Amino acid sequence: MTTLITLIVAAVTFGTVLMYGTLGEILTEKSGNLNLGVEGIMYMGGAFGLAGAFYYEKAAAAAASGPVAIVLAILSAFAAGAAASAIYSFITVTLRANQNVTGLALSIFGTGIGQFVGEYMRVSEGGYVALGNNLKEAFSASIFPDAIVSIPVIGRVLFSHTVFFYLALLIAVLMYLFLKKTRYGLYLTAVGESPATSDAAGINITRYKYLATVIGGGISAIGGMVYIMTTAGCVWNHEGLSGVGWLAVALVIFCIWRPLNAIWGSVLFGAMMIMYLRVRIPFIPTELYKILPYVVTVIVLILTSMRNSRDKQPPASLGINYFREDR
Amino acid sequence: MAEDRTPFIRLAKRAEMDRRKVWAIRVGSIIVALLLGCIPMMLTGNDPFAAYGVIIQGSLSRPIYFRQTVKIAVPLLCCALAIAPCFKMRFWNIGAEGQITMGAMAATYFALFWADRIPHLPLLVIMFAVGALAGGIWALIPAFFKARWNTNETLFTLMMNYIAIGIVAWLQGGPWEGRKGSQLIPMFSDNARLPQVLGVHCGWIIALILVLLMYVYMNKTKQGYEIAVIGDSVNTARYAGMNVGWIIMRTMFISGAISGIVGFMIVSGANFTLYKGVANGVGFTSISIAWLSQLNSFAMIVISMMLAVLEKGANTLQTKMQVPASISDIITGILLFAMLSSEFFISYRIIFRHKDKEEDA
Repeated sequence: MTTLITLIVAAVTFGTVLMYGTLGEILTEKSGNLNLGVEGIMYMGGAFGLAGAFYYEKAAAAAASGPVAIVLAILSAFAAGAAASAIYSFITVTLRANQNVTGLALSIFGTGIGQFVGEYMRVSEGGYVALGNNLKEAFSASIFPDAIVSIPVIGRVLFSHTVFFYLALLIAVLMYLFLKKTRYGLYLTAVGESPATSDAAGINITRYKYLATVIGGGISAIGGMVYIMTTAGCVWNHEGLSGVGWLAVALVIFCIWRPLNAIWGSVLFGAMMIMYLRVRIPFIPTELYKILPYVVTVIVLILTSMRNSRDKQPPASLGINYFREDR
Repeated sequence: MAEDRTPFIRLAKRAEMDRRKVWAIRVGSIIVALLLGCIPMMLTGNDPFAAYGVIIQGSLSRPIYFRQTVKIAVPLLCCALAIAPCFKMRFWNIGAEGQITMGAMAATYFALFWADRIPHLPLLVIMFAVGALAGGIWALIPAFFKARWNTNETLFTLMMNYIAIGIVAWLQGGPWEGRKGSQLIPMFSDNARLPQVLGVHCGWIIALILVLLMYVYMNKTKQGYEIAVIGDSVNTARYAGMNVGWIIMRTMFISGAISGIVGFMIVSGANFTLYKGVANGVGFTSISIAWLSQLNSFAMIVISMMLAVLEKGANTLQTKMQVPASISDIITGILLFAMLSSEFFISYRIIFRHKDKEEDA
């Protein structure tokens, strides 16, 4: 039982990272932009999020407060991701370049920037960049009082998580409501499905694509920051972060582009990615666990294309740029 | 923006542009990118011109540096050649990373378990062949589903990368592990290593041959023509009686096979062992190379050399000036952004409003 609870808590911790990455990419892909730069965006989010909190602590010294550091880390990660996605949007939407290639270029660029900032901070601060213990705890503490967290079973499973997990839940629910219940969400979906029709209906394609991609990129970047500040223990760790962005791209498919699915999907993927550390299943080598998420995603991809059911498809214009004059 | 007036900026497709002008724009974009690349160097308090000097010096100034640069460029070039036919067909194969890994894995099998029984040359030929076969089959899987059920190939090939890498990671720590607990696959014996020609493993000769072959294949053969037709319009291809599904699978097999050969060259010519990061991003970088070369085989030589110079030079930069080597990724990224953007100015004309009035008058 204790093992199971530990597993769930660990799955949620890693799942939170994935949830941000996935939610951001869902919003982006809803507009028809396939941004393959998530990997780079999450690197940048991680490096700039850490930088935000670290330099704040340095400036405020003893007066540094946890909540302020958390807000600053979120904001700097969001800004980094939004800036990276703005580059992507400019090149693909305004300058009409190929989305796959631009996304991969952003991956290269973003991992480069993230690594550069992380390394540079380490070198310029004399070898070690880490937050003080106070702030470190603030990042990984539960937002609920001890009394609730210490309720047997339920307390750990539901209430012991960081503020980032609950924020991600909130974003998922808001995104669901936005896409399903508001006019603008409907417009956004229409843009992703058929830009030509939406354009004829008077929807500003460019604006929707830009906004969805930039905000989506910002949300994805927060995931990178959450990884660095919780799992990696507030130290720049590019090895742990590598591959997380691609996993988020996989998760978007697994969730069939629905924000609410991202909640359980990312916890499930989180579980698959860390299970090898916690549970040993005989006869199945640990390394093969790790490819499970990708295999499952491939199967989902194949099944949805075979069944060809309308509501489970990728946005119809995904990866294809819209040129009004080519219509 | 007022709806009833002509917008301030309008775009019009250009018919054809002067070749010299096209190249001026492309070269200009590279210069802009290199200037933008100065920013991170200046922010970290380094002299950007000195830094570029170190990059050039560290990658080209001595024969040994030059050889190392070529060694980086060869897999990039070959892999870009592999991707070209898929992209021409508008089949977005971003699974070269995985196809390289599978090719490397198959070649490694023979290098590890057959090196003592098969003579040098036949062994290399076998490794070459199984590398190509494994890469080809790995590419065939998403192609089959694309042809049969129109499964999204971008996402499928992307996932196949991580499955391939995972399988190698398992072999590395499991069945093929050398010394117990080392998590490493043993080094190849000399028998399984590619011979060197002019100081670099002979992969560069294979690469140059592939450049010619791919040029002929894409421009002078019936199959190359079929690929181009599908790329322009799948419906036209169908009306013309082409078996689109079959062509997709055939092209992907060829593409995967070349990537597999890249994998063979990397393990047998450069690393002499297999590990999970064997493809090391080559499959992704080469996609940009293929695209920026406009799928032209000869242009790929230039662009892959350029990126190799950056990568090799950045390593020198790190040791000499303490600039993190990831600066090469940043500059590569900026370079790609700039070159991708420049294509827009080649294919479109920007018309400002006041110019319209002159035209009207």
